[in-house]
Amino acid sequence: MTLLRHTRGGEITERQALTINPAKTCQPVGAMYAALGIHRCLPHSHGSQGCCSYHRSTLSRHYKEPVMAATSSFTEGSSVFGGQANLLQAINNIFTVYQPDVIAVHTTCLSETIGDDIPQIAEKAAEKDLIPAGKSVIHASTPSYVGAAPTGFANMTAGMVKYFSESTSPNKIGGRVNVIPGWVEPADMREIKRIVAAMGLESIVFPDTSDVLDCPQTGVHEMFPKGGVTVDRLRAAGDSAVTIALGPVCSEPAAIELTNQCGVPHATLPLPIGLEATDRFILELRKYNGGVVPREITDERGRLIDLITDMHQYFYNKTAALWGDPDQLVSLSEMLLTVDILPKYVVTGTPGKKFLRRMGDVLQDRKSEVQVRQGAGADLFLLHQWIKNEKVDLLIGNTYGKYIRRDEGIPLVRHGFPILDRVGHQFFPTVGYRGAIRLLEQVLEALMQRQDDECSEERFELTM
Amino acid sequence: MSESSTTSDPLRGGDASVTPAVVREQLLRDYPAKTKKKREKQIVINDKQRDEDGSLQLPVVAANTRTVPGIITQRGCCYAGCKGVILGPTRDIVNIVHGPIGCSFYSWLTRRNQTHTPTDEHDNFMTYCFSTDMIEENIIFGGEKRLRQAIQEAYDLFHPKAIAVFSTCPVGLIGDDVHQVSAEMKKQLGINVFAFSCEGYKGVSQSAGHHIANNQIFKHVIGEDDTTRSQWSINLLGEYNIGGDAFVIEDLLERCGIELVSTFSGNSTYDQFANAHMARLNAVMCHRSINYVADMIEKKYGTPWIKVNFIGANATAKSLRKIAEYFDDRRLTENVERVIGEEFPAVVQAQRKYRPRCSGKRAVLFVGGSRAHHYQELFRELGMETIAAGYEFAHRDDYEGRRVLPSIKIDADSRNIEELRVDADQEKFRESDRQKGIAREKQGYTLREYDGMMAEMKDQTLIIDDISHSEAERLIRMVRPDVFCAGIKEKYSVQKMGVPCKQLHSYDYGGPYAGFAGAINFYEEIDRMVNARIWSRVQPPWENGSPAAESKSPLPASMAESEENTN
Repeated sequence: MTLLRHTRGGEITERQALTINPAKTCQPVGAMYAALGIHRCLPHSHGSQGCCSYHRSTLSRHYKEPVMAATSSFTEGSSVFGGQANLLQAINNIFTVYQPDVIAVHTTCLSETIGDDIPQIAEKAAEKDLIPAGKSVIHASTPSYVGAAPTGFANMTAGMVKYFSESTSPNKIGGRVNVIPGWVEPADMREIKRIVAAMGLESIVFPDTSDVLDCPQTGVHEMFPKGGVTVDRLRAAGDSAVTIALGPVCSEPAAIELTNQCGVPHATLPLPIGLEATDRFILELRKYNGGVVPREITDERGRLIDLITDMHQYFYNKTAALWGDPDQLVSLSEMLLTVDILPKYVVTGTPGKKFLRRMGDVLQDRKSEVQVRQGAGADLFLLHQWIKNEKVDLLIGNTYGKYIRRDEGIPLVRHGFPILDRVGHQFFPTVGYRGAIRLLEQVLEALMQRQDDECSEERFELTM
Repeated sequence: MSESSTTSDPLRGGDASVTPAVVREQLLRDYPAKTKKKREKQIVINDKQRDEDGSLQLPVVAANTRTVPGIITQRGCCYAGCKGVILGPTRDIVNIVHGPIGCSFYSWLTRRNQTHTPTDEHDNFMTYCFSTDMIEENIIFGGEKRLRQAIQEAYDLFHPKAIAVFSTCPVGLIGDDVHQVSAEMKKQLGINVFAFSCEGYKGVSQSAGHHIANNQIFKHVIGEDDTTRSQWSINLLGEYNIGGDAFVIEDLLERCGIELVSTFSGNSTYDQFANAHMARLNAVMCHRSINYVADMIEKKYGTPWIKVNFIGANATAKSLRKIAEYFDDRRLTENVERVIGEEFPAVVQAQRKYRPRCSGKRAVLFVGGSRAHHYQELFRELGMETIAAGYEFAHRDDYEGRRVLPSIKIDADSRNIEELRVDADQEKFRESDRQKGIAREKQGYTLREYDGMMAEMKDQTLIIDDISHSEAERLIRMVRPDVFCAGIKEKYSVQKMGVPCKQLHSYDYGGPYAGFAGAINFYEEIDRMVNARIWSRVQPPWENGSPAAESKSPLPASMAESEENTN
């Protein structure tokens, strides 16, 4: 029996109001994830209890890790009179009981509709002496009816700059780069730090969820694990030579903020997923280290090229359907085209002006063979309808794709958020040349396993 | 006088200094004064006293009160209780969430309600997520037009029997009239369309959503189909088919010859709800989430209700017997005894295998509105003791028993949730069923009774309502339980402390745990968890205190020997 039995191909009618099987979720979860990347920070959801519960649950399922966050626990009363009393009480409880260095408040559709003014409430908390010396309450405005999870991440990351970054001198520190990694996995953030260090540069990476959401089992639960960017480092980001924002949606707003606030110039690059995007990242870093690329990095690139040349026949002329967040989709599409897989269908529910243009840049002469959809109506239901009308060889996206995989018999490579049913994403990076090797290895495994499963006995190959 | 002699039993095996009073004090220690005052009423020692007339007196638990902001609660919201819990498991209703995308996204397939459709021709919308995906413009100018359009589009694409609409927080604030829109669309489309005002901020937890869901299903669906049901027909209320529990119970009932008219709402369909009033008895599994429906059906249609529990082999046998006893028929009694007889040998065999491996170990349970009680049965069958427990969203009656119902005060948060006025239905009320209930009661049979969690727990155990993260962490440090039962948000912090955590919302993607077969599954699962080798390997062998650090040779004995031999 089929799982998505009501999805049919044929003529597709445009929907005006109904989203079915979304390819996005709301802003606050992105803000919560970003805030977890600050050292000794407790994210705080200013809204009803359910928001916080849902976001913690989803992040916990994705990382198989504790996700600590608090909520203002709105009741009907707070919805009428505003959530100030709740937030003040929460701030007092959190600093008294959990003692974080930072409380990172993000708003919700409820508190935004009411119009709660978080900075004003935080000021009140300070007046009432509820914020201990040296501790901070920061905030980001993340109404769920604007943007999507990646913009929530972007807003909270920009908030880190707004609240902490300082320029102490017009002379910036050469050889020190800020890197905003975008919404990637803890393993990716770790890998980005390794690459920058291998390039001989000092980095301030923020947010940084490595050693927060990939913690070892030690028999001790650290409420605030050792990872995360410290407030001191966020402060110091204002004196770095440059900011490299990886991914325009998730990272550029914070980079712009740093430029405006502290005069740190910035460059916005696509997420370094795949060969070309990683090349661009290395070329950018090379601008600040005297123009060298160490052998280590060149060898990693060479191994990636080697894998692609060796296995090109299995990639060639295959087609893929992709869904997820814009920054990921652009780089993934480019990576697939590099190995001659066509990203035939691409959908994201996340709005944003530049996505279609960026996809166009990546697709170039193959634009006419590809369907790209964004925003309202760009959901997994539509994607599945397209697949019903013309199949693809591969699915790349989050766990929700497993229902299409099973019904259509198309292999799925899990990438993006959330991944609820497998491990690996938190441990193995997909950024950089080594990450690309991992991703392409997964793509090959999916395609070749399918060949092994489905070919006739006489065509069953020992060596591939 | 105290009920048992276990008063001085320390919570922590062997350590007499860890008394319930000491633990309680530590849990409360660092709270600001106002928070402490609130939490004091929700952390109580189960001090069981007997009155002179022998009736049990229990301390009051300030349950179903507001969560203190910032304490890191387990609780979710009203919407989660309404859409996620009650309506989520019904497969053939298109559930449209009216709001921004998140609420619908997070309740998309995440509760593990299983459903079984006979063929592909039967509707199943549970794999789909429907949302009006409101954007800023809809918040400013209102979202009714968008909702109307979304209902139309859902109808055009899926032609369902019924469409339900769920309000999220901002919808309540901007004042979209979801009920009016639903009524209009019902008229226009000719199918049942109804709405739930289950905004997340209502009430103090998921529990408010259960009540709102129950009310609307009662108003809009139950009573639509008067098809007659057999003399031994029941509804199973408050069983949500997590991990296939309902399948196990369905099988048992069928083999006993008991007709299951509907389940609220595991593995359920719209038509079952519509016909539910024709069952002759209601069996309530999760008292917290659904006792409202049982009460309302009884008032309107005359159907008596009883409390059952299919978690635990003994509880299952007892519940089946209780149903048979109500119908009071020799053939049914024989059927039930035959089925219990068929099932029990495997249970006994499993208990023989797992009891010695689990006996004496200690469990704590902080979950739900009935599971923290029901699952104590299974631990008891394994010879394990529950030393502390509490609910996430239950009310006082779930702790202290229904006899405290008259003394529960209505507060600002509960007043906001509609209490339906229900009268006997002039045409459909079955006086014969009412009379049967009365007659059975006269013979000593107990109807609509639930004694709650505390009466069954040992004297001087700890009861913690709406436990916070800091309380959970301190409790673990002080009493070192062998297993901690909670949900996904607690799972990994508990395990990081070296204690296995069993999720009793999602069953950790396992189950079923209901009935006899489920009990056996659970024994095996708990054995796996409390005896897994890996917990003793957490400390690296080169760190102080680990057994390997004391050993002289890093080699296993067999290899060390061969080394000696060659020398």
